[in-house]
Order: sequence, then C-alpha cells, then structure tokens
Amino acid sequence: MYIIIIGGGSVGYNLCKALLREGHEVLVLDKDATKCESFEDELGSVCIRGDGCEVSTLAEAGVSRAEVFIAATDEDEDNLVACQVAKHKFGVPRTIARVNDPKNEQLFKKLGIDCPISVTNLILEHIEEKIPTHPLIHLLTMGEEKMEVVEVKILEGSTSVGKSIKELSLPPDSILALLIRNGQKPQVPTADTVLRANDRIIALTTTGSEEALQKELASN
Amino acid sequence: MNVVIVGCGRVGAQLASLLDADGHKVTVLDIDAHSFRRLPPSFGGTALVGDGTDEEVQKKAGVGEADAFVAVTQGDNRNVMAAQIARNIFNVPKVLCRIYDPLRKDIYEALGIDAVSPTTVFAQLLRDKLLAT
Repeated sequence: MYIIIIGGGSVGYNLCKALLREGHEVLVLDKDATKCESFEDELGSVCIRGDGCEVSTLAEAGVSRAEVFIAATDEDEDNLVACQVAKHKFGVPRTIARVNDPKNEQLFKKLGIDCPISVTNLILEHIEEKIPTHPLIHLLTMGEEKMEVVEVKILEGSTSVGKSIKELSLPPDSILALLIRNGQKPQVPTADTVLRANDRIIALTTTGSEEALQKELASN
Repeated sequence: MNVVIVGCGRVGAQLASLLDADGHKVTVLDIDAHSFRRLPPSFGGTALVGDGTDEEVQKKAGVGEADAFVAVTQGDNRNVMAAQIARNIFNVPKVLCRIYDPLRKDIYEALGIDAVSPTTVFAQLLRDKLLAT
C-alpha cells in the first residue's frame, strides 16, 4: 500500500519505520532539509523536502495514487489543510490527521477528515487504564457508530456482586460479551451468571450508555 | 453589519478601521496584543487577544452572531481553518479568507470558501501597470 506521511518529527519517523517494516511503500514529506537527511541516512530514500500543504509538492510525491494520507505535524491547521488538499484535490480515499489540541478532534471530523486522532485523548485513555481503582477501561472505539468495547472491573463491595446478570438493569444498547474470572477460562456470561468481586467483564456499549453501564456494574 | 476579523496585521487593521469608520460593528482578533497598535486611536470596535483557529475563542468573540467573518492572518492554513470554523460551525453568512497560495485558493473556492489570493491579484496589478506605461 502506498502511504504518505506529512511531518518527519518523532511521530512521523516512528510511524514511517513501523509501516516500512510491515512492507508498505512509504514517503515522508518535511520542510526541514536536515530532517530529510537523517531519514535518508537511517531509512533510505523515503523522505522528500517540501511543504505537505502545497499542491505541486503533493503532485510530485504522487499523492493521487496513495491509499492513505497521514498528516502528523505538530500544527493542527497544517494537518487539516494537508488532509483536505489530499482528499479534495487528489482523491486520497483515507486521510488521517494528528490532532494536537483535543478540542479539534470533533471539528476535524465535521470538516471531512476521515480519521482525526487526538494524541492527548489517547494518552489520557492509557493513563486511565493504569489507575487500578478506575473500574471502566476503553478498549476500542468504533468511530462511525459511536460504539465502544470496554472492560469493567467488578470491585469489592460493588452492588452487583452476588447478583445474576438478569437481576441487573443494563442499558438496552449494551451487551456483556465476555466474563473473565481469575484462574478460569474466559466465558460468555448468561442471564443466570452470578457476578463475583474481581470479575472482569468485556462489554459492547455506546458512548451515551457507558456511564449507566458502569453505574449498574461497578458502583458501590 | 457585525464583522469579526481574525489577524490584525496591516490588512486586518486597515479593514477594521475602514469598516469601523463606515459605522459597522467590528471585532478584531489577534494572538498578539502588540498588533493592535496598528489600529487608529479613533477605532471604536473591540480588539480581543486570542487564537482565531480556536472554536471557543470564536464563540467568545461573538462569531455566532456575526454577519461576516474575515481571516487575514499571515498563515494560509490558519486562515483556512478559522474560515471553516466560522462557516461550518457558526454558520456565518459571509466568510472571506486570504490564501496567498493560488493553487490552494482554487481548492478552497471549490469547497465553498470565498477566498482571495493577494499573490494573483497583485501580480495582475503589477502587470497592468507595467503594460500601461
């Protein structure tokens, strides 16, 4: 797959390395000649010098045959414009933008970027996971449908401990998909499954019902 | 008319003072308070420090109630982003934006952003002046 990356900073560099390893054809664009040289030294001729928002530079890079276009600079406005030019001028089917100010994630979506990724939000989610008392962890978000896969820990003293699934009033758009119990094989919970402290539940829910689900399963 | 101008450089300040003198309600936004020195002492509008590409800042500057929005910062991409927020989020009826790069200007015109490229305009003006002598 031909993938173009705008911005040869640490995100662009590591992304380029990973994608090359997976066997993709990758081209990085950066305004800075020194950065391009270090790409050349370490990874071969994968970087050209130029402004990733400029039509002529993008044409030279062969953007029209790229399947994925990733704008990974640390300026949101540059990432937005680079993706919009790639999409509307060159017809790239999938544009991905790094979002530095988390407020812009929704905005970019509204302005037609296929996949805006907020670095700050990602870090927040990962930190959340590391906090042991936090009962709900986001595992996966399926953007278009606003569906998400979450893991809920049943903490000691939760009101759900000792109750069977059918006794709980779960939000109608949430499904408990998997029960992980210490030392046992993961199982699919049934209506009669009785919850115990330290159980972990993998559930499918929506952004809107996440809070209600957490409250029913893991509140004290 | 209620107008918000982003960027108080020479063009932004001049436009603000012209519109203000014509009796319009003008708000100028710039990330640097020092830029407001370009506004004339007679300027009766509002000058606000803030980033015009920030949705919250635009809201506070009253873009939601504006009749017109003009983006004239030094950066093409900043102008494009500010203009798209005004148009797509706050539904401002008239949005104008400066884009130096003529090719980028054509793309955004096709996307419905009313843009002016000073590069093209000025080059044509110089050509006309040269040929007139």
